[in-house]
Amino acid sequence: MKVRVHVSLKPGVLDPQGRAIHHSLEGLGFSGVNDVRAGRLFELDVADSTSDEALDDMCRKLLANMVIENYRIEKVAA
Amino acid sequence: MAFRSAVITFPGSNCDRDMADALGKISGTPALRVWHGDHDLPEGLDFIALPGGFSYGDYLRCGAIASRSPVMQAVIAAAEKGVPVLGVCNGFQVLTESGLLPGALLRNSGIRFVCRDVTLKVENAQSLFTSGYEAGQEISIPVAHHDGNYYADAETLDRLEGEGRVAFRYVGDVNGSARQIAGVLNAAGNVLGMMPHPERAIEATHGGTDGRALFESAIKGLVGA
Repeated sequence: MKVRVHVSLKPGVLDPQGRAIHHSLEGLGFSGVNDVRAGRLFELDVADSTSDEALDDMCRKLLANMVIENYRIEKVAA
Repeated sequence: MAFRSAVITFPGSNCDRDMADALGKISGTPALRVWHGDHDLPEGLDFIALPGGFSYGDYLRCGAIASRSPVMQAVIAAAEKGVPVLGVCNGFQVLTESGLLPGALLRNSGIRFVCRDVTLKVENAQSLFTSGYEAGQEISIPVAHHDGNYYADAETLDRLEGEGRVAFRYVGDVNGSARQIAGVLNAAGNVLGMMPHPERAIEATHGGTDGRALFESAIKGLVGA
């Protein structure tokens, strides 16, 4: 089973990298970009029997830092 | 009584020798060196240090992989029993990732790596690690980090301040840290995490000796001197 885990900074947590990317987009002449937040994408290939609970646990224990980040699990159709 | 300290080395640690050198020189007893893959710590430790560096290449998040390594489970257990633990720079990141200290260390607000001497204000001069300083004293200690921007939610920050758990604060903005926090203590006061490097300021040839009192405080508090 293919699973994508999207990890993003919680709202309100300062994102210096997103800000720099935003600035760079403006420097390239793109207008109308209101905000940029940088995140992370993990692509996991796991056994079909892997439970939702186990996936959740992987996110909480390692893939995301729950102090500053949120995560979203997306199962990808084969 | 001999001071029994250990410095943990992770793959990518690069201040472990400096830390061991500082502990050995100031206590008079060489620090033990412990490898990250070890499941057990040496018996009867008085002090554990997590050094600076870039453990596991800062993969995933700074300190994230190191904080899940076998030896950290032993460090967490020791800290919970009251053994003093000092985490400097990457060691601080490992402590927040492991949950021994609250908050997280984000990328510096100015994006750039910051490597220079900074002025710190000693906020709490009563802890095991800081009793050798005066409250309000300003000291000069080097920093060298890319991810030292301390973050915690407002409620946690208020609690840290209210409980005297902010050990050091930057004088002036260094990296965007919330309330200019440079070092924090756990609730029991036996775990200190800080971004500045006291082990790089222990002898005149370092350009300053303001870091010495931190080690002297801890050694005196633990084994008498």
